[in-house]
Amino acid sequence: MLCACHAVVLNPSGDVGQQQRDLLLDSTWLMLIVIVPVMIMTVLFAWRYRQANRAARYEPDWDHSIHLELIIWAVPLLIIIGLGGLTWEGTHLLDPYRPLDRIKPGESAAFAAKPLRVEVVALDWKWLFIYPEYGIAALNELAAPLDRPIDFRITSASVMNSLFIPTLAGQIYAMPGMETRLHAVANAAGDYQGFSANYSGAGFSDMHFVFHAMANRDFDRWLARLRAGGGVLGRGDYLKLEQPSENEPVRGFAQVDPGLYAAILNRCVEAGKRCANDMSR
Amino acid sequence: MTADSTLTKMAFGRLTLQAFPVHEPLLVATFVAVALGGAIVLGAISYFRLWGYLWREWITTIDHKRIGIMYMILGLIMLLRGFADALMMRMQQAAAFGAADGFLPAHHYDQIFTAHGVIMIFFVAMPFITGLMNFVVPLQIGARDVSFPFLNNFSFWMTTVGAVLVMISLFVGEFARTGWLAYPPLSGIAYSPDVGVDYYIWSLQIAGVGTLLSGVNLIATIVKLRAPGMTMMRMPVFTWTALCTNVLIVAAFPILTATLALLSLDRYAGTNFFTNDFGGNSMMYVNLIWIWGHPEVYILILPIFGVFSEVTATFSGKRLFGYSSMVYATLVITILSYLVWLHHFFTMGSGASVNSFFGITTMIISIPTGAKMFNWLFTLYRGRIRFELPMMWTLAFMLTFVIGGMSGVLLAVPPADFVLHNSLFLVAHFHNVIIGGVVFGVFAGISYWFPKAFGFRLEPFWGKVSFWFWVAGFYLAFMPLYVLGLMGVTRRLRHFEDPTLQIWFVVAAAGAVLILLGIVSFLIQIYLSILRRDALRDRTGDPWGGRTLEWSTSSPPPDYNFAFTPVVYDTDAWWDMKNRGFRRPVAQFNAIHMPRNTGAGFILAALSGILGFAMIWRIWWLAALGLAALAAAAIVHSFNYRRDFHIPADTVARVEDQRTHLLASQG
Repeated sequence: MLCACHAVVLNPSGDVGQQQRDLLLDSTWLMLIVIVPVMIMTVLFAWRYRQANRAARYEPDWDHSIHLELIIWAVPLLIIIGLGGLTWEGTHLLDPYRPLDRIKPGESAAFAAKPLRVEVVALDWKWLFIYPEYGIAALNELAAPLDRPIDFRITSASVMNSLFIPTLAGQIYAMPGMETRLHAVANAAGDYQGFSANYSGAGFSDMHFVFHAMANRDFDRWLARLRAGGGVLGRGDYLKLEQPSENEPVRGFAQVDPGLYAAILNRCVEAGKRCANDMSR
Repeated sequence: MTADSTLTKMAFGRLTLQAFPVHEPLLVATFVAVALGGAIVLGAISYFRLWGYLWREWITTIDHKRIGIMYMILGLIMLLRGFADALMMRMQQAAAFGAADGFLPAHHYDQIFTAHGVIMIFFVAMPFITGLMNFVVPLQIGARDVSFPFLNNFSFWMTTVGAVLVMISLFVGEFARTGWLAYPPLSGIAYSPDVGVDYYIWSLQIAGVGTLLSGVNLIATIVKLRAPGMTMMRMPVFTWTALCTNVLIVAAFPILTATLALLSLDRYAGTNFFTNDFGGNSMMYVNLIWIWGHPEVYILILPIFGVFSEVTATFSGKRLFGYSSMVYATLVITILSYLVWLHHFFTMGSGASVNSFFGITTMIISIPTGAKMFNWLFTLYRGRIRFELPMMWTLAFMLTFVIGGMSGVLLAVPPADFVLHNSLFLVAHFHNVIIGGVVFGVFAGISYWFPKAFGFRLEPFWGKVSFWFWVAGFYLAFMPLYVLGLMGVTRRLRHFEDPTLQIWFVVAAAGAVLILLGIVSFLIQIYLSILRRDALRDRTGDPWGGRTLEWSTSSPPPDYNFAFTPVVYDTDAWWDMKNRGFRRPVAQFNAIHMPRNTGAGFILAALSGILGFAMIWRIWWLAALGLAALAAAAIVHSFNYRRDFHIPADTVARVEDQRTHLLASQG
């Protein structure tokens, strides 16, 4: 399943990704209305009015026509009005900060389980996923149950990265001292690729992880396995983990300091450092 | 030991023997090749006793035509460097799959893609368009030079020194490993403590001075030095686009300078503008750099639109369709280019309304651009098209650019951008518009104005070979990248896990090889053209049946461009003059007032280079010395009163008589 031999952007399994794909295709068709005729006309005119073709009309001083100019400006304008409308609507509907109102076509999110909160930290060069609801965390591995909205809260420990799981939804940056959000939902079970989509230094190439979309029961099993695996992520452990490293193996933490994510976000994991949110208070 | 190392540190700053990459065979080999090549060139210059000639006629020249030519040479040399980087990236990405790690370690690869972007934009595309504008604009408006000829020479040398600093980073120390826009915090001192980012900052700051001053210069030239009768709405379209581009330069480049200055303060003085802690805000940098960066894209493409307008009209033997809508479209693009910068980071979490605003303003730019495309199309319509090389480039542009434009508008739809941002789709898009637009346009411009610059045409066969290699190579190299982008492959990756992707990268690498052949063919074309220059000679000054004033003078034009300032009655001034039976004046010449050459620009730029190098390596005494010398040299130059001279009337008469005879012998 990790094969990218199909174009995942055009064939995502998550509902958000699919809506983004639809918008992408609609925009393309809309633009082809003008692009294709222009390309055909270019070839046609260039051939028809070649110097050798003395049969073609030659009007060296013809340089203006009100009607043509109107069409020239009106056609792109109309297409952009259409595309602009699509964009306005699509951008608001698919705003990554907006909680989902459906989990798949025709199925309202109101009846779905309460969103799964995942706190994401981009580290040099690995991904930490904290599940505050369950008090656990995983490194370079993300799992979520099917048809349950996921509410990502994203930050970074050092430099800018971008969290991108193409099959699920579009990307959003992970930036130090700042929090970004992403709402998405997985609709088909499988193992999918996730990675950083913004260059972040020497270990960037290998900064990827596997996203497991699984049925509820399997997700519970995954949680249980993590809990049973032991491993503690306190502040001291985090400071060690934060050090740059590449190709870190997947691992879990059965216990996570509940204030860790807020401390990372406010840049005060180290003892004695004042948190950014306290400074601005 | 400590006393000794303190002393060394004072003398050489951070520069130590470790800065020389003697342990990297690839770099050593490159260095040996460059050193050998350099030695041969320098040796040849000495052997043929050309130093005096070079200094008097080229290095110190204030003639806009020669400065224009030197800009083109700079662009061409840097194209070779930037393309070598591209080729290495393609090879690495085609090879590094699974267990294979490729031949470039991250430390090297990350410098290469950064250098590729920086060089191609700042030291290839910018010199090319500045060179074209410098050469063509004064001729097109019937002027004898630019408004500030000395400043022009200074600007050129500042740009060159910037390029030289980038080249030095190849062999002394290292270049930035941050991507071409050096986003903090990665480019901050905490994550990039070495000299790479400092090379980046100082080369761009020094070159930026040149670009800004050259922008001021060309605006003044276009506003003040137009021939009588050439109202704004009679300016050739290339001059119009040059005016808009230089307005953009003057408005945008100070932002880049200020942004990089703030980054320097973070790096040198410990301020916290863009750091993670102490209230720094790295997104501020991203906003600022793109407020410069997006207009920069239009700075590159607008004059190229001008080139295509001139070429289409000339080779269709027809007036440009919709001159005024072309002008207004250019103006609209100029203004709108300031309202779109956020589309480069929709994915940083701006709200839906902000994203929609910037997405829609971006799309609106495609309306005037589309209008331009239609204008060229209807210039072809009922024309008599000659498929000379410049026209071939123009048609290839028209067919290629619309694809790039479409993928660009697609990226402007925020939800689509969320899945395509930073992907190879994006890389394919901007190469589609920069190669399919700027590069094709530069080649169209070179083959169009070459006879004007040198007095002989470019040999067409190898030009066509180069054309086909370039066009085929472009499609082969970048169409696979569109596909890879849709497969969710992001950019700047050095190594891949999924072996099914490899074939696409191999095809892209093959495309890069075709482009290499295109570049080689272009060099062969120039070499053969020089060899066969007598057969290719343009004796009329108007080899293409031109329409604008630059074709009314000889090829190459005399130092003073026009013996008498032409009077303009029509947009296509020279076409109009030819139609109305214009007779070239052959007597009663006057002495012509001209600016005098000066070495000050070269000296000031060289001192700036020393200052930059010292700052990069933190050799404080040398930096202080360089700064003092720079100030002193500027003051000394301001007391130079030998700034102008007159070309005597009989010299003008002699030059013009020669042309009279030459034209008469043509019948």
